[in-house]
Amino acid sequence: MKPQPPRWADKLLEWFCAPHLLEEVQGDLHERFYKNVRVFGERLARREYIIGVLSFIRPFALKRNVQSSQSSIYLKIMISNYFKIAFRNFLKHKGYSAINLFGLATGMAVAILIGLWIYDEVTFNQSHENYARIGRVMQHQTVRGERSTRENNPIPLGKELRSSFSGDFKYVVMATQTKKYIISSNGENTRQKGSYMEADAPEMLSLKMLKGTRTGLSELNTILLSETLANTLFGDEEPLNKIIKIDNELNVKVTGVYEDFAHNSEFNDLAFIAPFNLLVASYDYIRDHQDDWGNNFLHIYTQIAPSADFDKVSAKIKDTKLKHVDVEYASRKPELFIQPMSGWHLYSAWENGANTTSEPLRLIWFYSTIGIFILLLACINFVNLSTARSEKRAKEVGIRKAIGSVRSQLIGQFFSESFLMVALAFVLSILFVLAILPWFNTVASKDISIPWAEPFFWLANLAFIALTAVLAGIYPALYLSSFKPIKALKGTGSSSRFRLGRFASLPRKTLVVIQFTVSVTLIIDTIIVYQQIQFAKSRPVGYTRDGLLMIPKTTDELRGKYEVLRTELKNTGVVAEMAESASSLTDIGSMNGGFEWRGKDPNLNVDFGTLGVTYEYGKTIGWQFVDGRDFSRDFPADSSGFILNEAAVKLMGLKNPVGENIRWDTDFFDGEHFKIVGVVKDMVMSSPFEPIKPTIFFLQGYKNYVIAKINPSVSTADALPKIEAAFKKIAPNMPFDYQFVDETYARKFGDEERVANLATFFAILAIFISCLGLFGLASFVAEQRTKEIGIRKVLGASVVSLWQMLSKDFVILVIISCLIATPIAWYFMSSWLQKYTYRTEISAWVFALVGVGALAICLLTISYQAIKAALMNPVKTLKNE
Amino acid sequence: MKRTYLGEFEEIVLLTVAIMGDKAYGVSITEEIEEQTGRSVSVSAVHAALHRLEEKNMVSSYMGDATAERGGRRKRLFSVTALGNRTLDEIRLLRNRLWDNIPLRIFSTLQ
Repeated sequence: MKPQPPRWADKLLEWFCAPHLLEEVQGDLHERFYKNVRVFGERLARREYIIGVLSFIRPFALKRNVQSSQSSIYLKIMISNYFKIAFRNFLKHKGYSAINLFGLATGMAVAILIGLWIYDEVTFNQSHENYARIGRVMQHQTVRGERSTRENNPIPLGKELRSSFSGDFKYVVMATQTKKYIISSNGENTRQKGSYMEADAPEMLSLKMLKGTRTGLSELNTILLSETLANTLFGDEEPLNKIIKIDNELNVKVTGVYEDFAHNSEFNDLAFIAPFNLLVASYDYIRDHQDDWGNNFLHIYTQIAPSADFDKVSAKIKDTKLKHVDVEYASRKPELFIQPMSGWHLYSAWENGANTTSEPLRLIWFYSTIGIFILLLACINFVNLSTARSEKRAKEVGIRKAIGSVRSQLIGQFFSESFLMVALAFVLSILFVLAILPWFNTVASKDISIPWAEPFFWLANLAFIALTAVLAGIYPALYLSSFKPIKALKGTGSSSRFRLGRFASLPRKTLVVIQFTVSVTLIIDTIIVYQQIQFAKSRPVGYTRDGLLMIPKTTDELRGKYEVLRTELKNTGVVAEMAESASSLTDIGSMNGGFEWRGKDPNLNVDFGTLGVTYEYGKTIGWQFVDGRDFSRDFPADSSGFILNEAAVKLMGLKNPVGENIRWDTDFFDGEHFKIVGVVKDMVMSSPFEPIKPTIFFLQGYKNYVIAKINPSVSTADALPKIEAAFKKIAPNMPFDYQFVDETYARKFGDEERVANLATFFAILAIFISCLGLFGLASFVAEQRTKEIGIRKVLGASVVSLWQMLSKDFVILVIISCLIATPIAWYFMSSWLQKYTYRTEISAWVFALVGVGALAICLLTISYQAIKAALMNPVKTLKNE
Repeated sequence: MKRTYLGEFEEIVLLTVAIMGDKAYGVSITEEIEEQTGRSVSVSAVHAALHRLEEKNMVSSYMGDATAERGGRRKRLFSVTALGNRTLDEIRLLRNRLWDNIPLRIFSTLQ
C-alpha cells in the first residue's frame, strides 16, 4: 500500500488552517511527504510531516479570510464600531462613567446578594438526594373550633403506615424531635443535639458517610456521629467502634460518621443519630405508649414509592388515625396528610388548616422588593446621566442618521453601550459580593457561597446582565435615537445649539424624585424598625438580669440535693443566692387551666402560666412586690401558697388578691386549695413583643433549672470556674451548660435585629446610589451653565446666590420626594408594627428628621459642584468662544 | 519615498521566487533555498514569508493546475511584481554603494 501521511495530523491541519489556504498548504506538505518517503523512508517522512503541520500553527494560517463571509461583514464591523464608540465615550467622560459604573455595580451587587439569599432559601433541603420524594406526615386537628396543624404523631401510626400502605411508601421513618442530650466520652460530658431515628433514616436522608455505612443503625446499641461531633469527641483518633454514653445511661458504639448536613437542611443541627429501637427498648415511658394513638410526640418522615404521588397518598391515609382513636379523641377530627419536603421550610405556617405566609416567605418578599428597588435606583442613574448628556451626543446621532442609519440601528448602538457598561459593572459587582459575603453571612446568619460551578448560576447571571442592560438602556436608546437630524445638526455655535425643549428634563426630574422617594422610605422604615427594637428592649422586665445564671438540670444527680448545692455554691463566696425553677427565666414552660376563684365568670376558660419555684426564687431574681409578701420558710402554709403577677390578678378581676383562695383542679392537683400570699410586678418571660402572660408561681413540682445570682462584687470570669467546681462536686456527670439570662434575653431580638441590620445596609446603599446620581447630574448642570454663571458673576452675582441658584432645583425635588415618601413609609410601617402587640408609636419627628437629613445629604452632594462652578473665574469661562 | 523594508529571510525568499521563474511555489522554493543556502527551512516559514510578501505587494500569485503527486491539489504559483523587482534593485544598489564606500585600507584587511 502506498504510504500515507498520518491521518490525525491531516485532520488537525484541516481543522485549524484557514479554508482559503488549506489547498496549497496541504498540497505542499503532501508533496514534500512523498519526496521524503522516497529519500528517507516512511518513518522519517511521517515525523517530518507532523512537525510540518504543527509549525503551521501560526497567525497567518489561522486567520480566516473575512472577505469570505460577505453578508455579515458590515454587521460585524458596525457592531465592533458601536463598542468602539461606547468605549471612547466611556474614556472621554471618565467622571460620569465612573459614577455610572460604580452605581450600577453597587446596585447589581445588592441584587446578586439578595438573589443568592433567595436561592439559598428556595433550595432549602435540596441537598437531600431523595428531596422530591420525601415527605413528613402531618395532621390537622380541630380543638375548640380551631383547626391547628402539627407535625407530631403517635408511635402506632408509623407501624400502621408501614403495614397497611406498604405499596405507597419506600421508607417510613419515625424520629424523635431534635433535642439536646448529654454525650459522654472519656469522662467528658457535652450536650449535643440529636435524634433517635429508625434504621432507614440514613438511606432516606442520603447521609454522606465518611466512615462506616448507612446501615449503621440496624443494631440496637449504635450511634452515627456528625463529622463535627466526631472531631470534638475524638479529634484525630479513629471514632469507629468507640463506646460513648447518651444521657449517662445508654452505652452505644459509634458505627459511622456522616458529613455534616448542609446549612440549609432541616436537619442541619443534628449532631448525632441513634436508633429509635434503642429508645423503645430502654425507656418504659416510650414502651408504654407503643399502642397509644393519642400521644403525639414523634416525627414521621416518609419517602413515597417511585410510582406514588403525594396527593394520592395523602388522600389514602387521611383517616388512618381517626379509625383508631376513641370517641372523645375522634371529636378532634384528626386528619392526616403528607407534606412534601419542598414545603417544609417556606410553607410551614398554618392557620385553620391552610398555609399562611410564613416568616421566611415574608422575608423573601421583603428582600426581593428591596433588591429590585435598589437595582432600579442604579438603572435610573444610568438613564439620567445618559439623557442629560444627550446634547453632546445629538450631533453624532444627527450625522449617523444623515448618512443612512435607521432608527433601529441607533437603538442597537445605544443598547450596546448600556450592555458594555452593565457587563463591566457586573464584573465589579462580583468583586463587591465576594468582599461583602462573609459579613452578609454573619448578619443574615447564613452560610452562602457563590456557586461558581453551577451552570444555572451563570445562566441566571447572563439573564441578569441582559435584564439590567435593557432596563438601564431602553429609555436612553429610545430617547437618543428619536432626534431629528436637521434639528440636531443645524447649529454649530453654542448660541444656536440644539435645544431639547422646556419639558425635556421632566422625565429626569421624575426619576430623581422616584430615587429619593425610595431611599427616604427605606431610611424611615429602618429607623422605625430600630425604634421598635429599642422600645421592646427598654421594656421593664420586672426583675434584675445582671449576673443571673441558668443551668439546666440534665441529670438526676441533683434530685433532693437542693440544700447541699445551695450551701456549696454559697460557700464559694461568689454566689449571692441560688434558687430553682420549673422553666427558664426567659420562657414559661407550662400553661394550665382548671383554676377556680371567687367571683369567676363560669364561662371563662383561660390558661395561666404555671411556674414551680423554690423559696429563694424571688430573692435570687429580685422580683418586685406590689402587694403581699414573698414565699417564706417561716410560714409552713406557704407550701400551698400562690404568688401571682399583675396580669393574672387583672385577668381574675380580684380587688384584694392577697389572702384569696384558689382551687386548682388538674392531673396533679385534685381540687387542692391554694392561698395567694403576694402579687409581683409583671415580668417579661416570653416574647418581649407580646403582652405579659398571666402567671402563677407556686412551690411544688419538679424543677428543671438552677438559677444562680453571681455576687455583684465578683467578676464573672472569676465566678464561673468556682461555680462549675461546686456543680462538678455534687453532679459529676452533669455538663455545666450555663446560660446568662441577659444574653438569652438579648437573643429574643435576633430576628428583628437581623432585619434591622440588613435594612440599614440596604438603606445606606440606596441613598448612596441616589446621591451618586445626583452628584453626576449636578456636575452636568454646573458644566452646562458655565457661561451663564460667568456672565452672572461679571454682572455682580455673589457666590452664595449662585450656589442657591444651582441647588434650588434639586432641593425642590428632594422635598417632593420626602412628601411622597412620608405616607408610603407610614402605611408600610404601621402595618408592620401590627405584628407586635407591644409596639412603639410612629412619631412625626422621625419623618421630619429623615427629611432634614435627606436634604442635608443632598445639599452636601450638590454643593461641591455648585460651589466649584460658582468660584470659577469668569475670565476663563467666557474667554474661549 | 517611503519604502517597504524586507527582512533577511523575506529577501532570500523574494530572490528565490525571482530565480525560479514560473515554477515558484511552496515546496520548490523551500528546496531551492535549502540547496542554495545549505540551511534547513520549514515549509511553513516559507509560506509565512510568501504571505507577508504578498501583503506588501512584492509578489503576486495564482492557483496553478492540479497535479497527481499532491493528491489532486493545486499549487499556488508566485511571481515577483514590479514593486518586488524595484525593491530588489534598490536593495542591491544600496549594498553596492555601501561596499564601494568602504575605505581601501579596511577593504584589504577584509580580504
